[in-house]
Amino acid sequence: MQQTMPTAAGAAPARRRKERIDRGIKARSDDVFALTSYREMLYVAIPPAIPVVLLLVLPLILPIYWQKVLLSAAVFAVLAMSWDFLASVGMVSLGQALFFGVGAYVAGILDHYLGLPVWLSIPLGTLFGGLICTVLLLPVLRLRGIYFAMVTLVLPLMFERIIEATGLLGGTEGLTGLTSFPNPWIELYLIGTVVLLTLFGFRRLMTSDYGLVLKGIRDNDRSVMSAGLNIYWYKAQALFIGGAICAFCGAYMTHVQMFVGMPAFALDYSILPIATAVVGGMGTFAGSVLGAFLLVPLSEFLRGVGGWRTVLYALSLVGFIVLLPEGIFHYVRRKYHQFERWVGVEASS
Amino acid sequence: MLEVTIIYGFVNSVILALVALGFGLTFGISGVSNFAYGALYVLAGYVVWIFINKLHIPFVVAACLGVVLTAFLGAVLYRFVLLRVRGLVLSEVIATFGVGLAILELFRCLGFTGFEYTLPVFTDGSILIGNTYIDHQRLWIVGIGVTLAVGLYFFTHHTKLGLAFRGIAQDERTALSLGINSDKIAEISVAFGAGLAALAAIVILPRGLISVNEGYDVLINAMAVCIIGGLGSTVGVVAAAFVIGYAQIISEALVGPHWKMIVSLIAILVILVVKPSGLFGKQKELEERI
Repeated sequence: MQQTMPTAAGAAPARRRKERIDRGIKARSDDVFALTSYREMLYVAIPPAIPVVLLLVLPLILPIYWQKVLLSAAVFAVLAMSWDFLASVGMVSLGQALFFGVGAYVAGILDHYLGLPVWLSIPLGTLFGGLICTVLLLPVLRLRGIYFAMVTLVLPLMFERIIEATGLLGGTEGLTGLTSFPNPWIELYLIGTVVLLTLFGFRRLMTSDYGLVLKGIRDNDRSVMSAGLNIYWYKAQALFIGGAICAFCGAYMTHVQMFVGMPAFALDYSILPIATAVVGGMGTFAGSVLGAFLLVPLSEFLRGVGGWRTVLYALSLVGFIVLLPEGIFHYVRRKYHQFERWVGVEASS
Repeated sequence: MLEVTIIYGFVNSVILALVALGFGLTFGISGVSNFAYGALYVLAGYVVWIFINKLHIPFVVAACLGVVLTAFLGAVLYRFVLLRVRGLVLSEVIATFGVGLAILELFRCLGFTGFEYTLPVFTDGSILIGNTYIDHQRLWIVGIGVTLAVGLYFFTHHTKLGLAFRGIAQDERTALSLGINSDKIAEISVAFGAGLAALAAIVILPRGLISVNEGYDVLINAMAVCIIGGLGSTVGVVAAAFVIGYAQIISEALVGPHWKMIVSLIAILVILVVKPSGLFGKQKELEERI
């Protein structure tokens, strides 16, 4: 292989490396805020427009069945973004199902026992779901890394079993016959809007000063502390933001399925968002959306084969974390902004 | 009643210790996360079942093969998954947890559920202690559990390999500078942990059915025991197994069978909130909390 390629460094066997250079259009449209051609404007505007257009148009053209797939992809996208957000504050959760389940049950209780309408029970479910989870996790905010992950892994399992053991809140049967949305269009566009708001909101939040503090907590919490900031207060806030968004998904799904039960705490809701975020690419939020819109439809094709969904998710999770830890989004973004070429390396000796 | 509780609590504690020893060896003593532990435990059960019932291999041979095969799988898991993410603790956890999930759910998809999935007991019959009947299998469990716990203590304190296991968790660079190949040792440690999981499965599973859900319970129990005992401490594992074992049996007798697992889960939470390094743990006392 090495013999056949043109040698750049004369007679010596050529050693080469791959060089990555930003595309000219990126350099032009990146820092200079005077875009001079439609090409440059489109270069900047098209990538963020893709999810917006897709989420607005797809509900109109998809058949009923694939609308449901879109809906669940959107829910997992939001869960994954919330996971990504918590992970970028240094709180890696192995139990998004906790937030999801608490939100689902709060909405279910409000609907079943108090008879509140949908437009009230979802916001309240979001708010109280986030609050309850934050309060529950307050004592372990001091833990980090693997220990925090273990707590979040354990909590949803515990809730599931407590509900099973005590028969509270409908026990193993769950609460059934809850109110549904007035019509499916509201259902679809509500979650679509939330995906977009979360995506662009989080991306913006993480580049603000506030987001900088949150990232600082992940990278070096002690230096943030020595800057005089109370990291527990910031962590609690981040937990509330991330938790409330998951709780919204729970409350939303409760009303979509008109049912809430133990499956709301199932491992699916913990592992799928992680898989989604890892496959898509961590730290960008757009990766989470991309991952959800790849993995969920893919698993739909396997639906006929039985419960292979979790296996697929688990395997793609392992595969990506081992082989392509950066995820698809980072890869695609690099290809979009940069080109690569082989260059010869001069011998150093 | 009291006698029954004491005896069965003792057996239950030994079961927990047995289940936790392998996890403790890998995660606690060598500091390598293997969250596929519960899956390897169940996998060993099914593999031995297939050897006995489909391939008609005699029990003793099948059991030995099962242990060796699971240990080999552990080494493969290390070589192809863990090695590449070594040092990134959370990636280790997520990757191995994913592998475990894939194994367990694969068995569920293939339809490995039902009443025919049981392993044979070692010897049939029961003996009378005081006024309580106790079957031979539980005595085997106690015997093997105690032997393994004592063996593991001596292994990690008085053999070169065992000391190397502890060394790489305490300070990997120092271990490297003393000529310990930490990747090799970690691989052996994961393999040993998997082998111990298989051994535990073969001894414990004859009490009931092999089921996929057992895998999750085993992982939680092992985690509970190791966290409460403190990472890296064999004595801690045994002590914590007794604490949780009796707590489980008592709550099962007083409240109901569903509460058995809840006790483990609550125990994990309480100890992580109060003293994350565990009862006997000395490692990383300051590192994991701020």
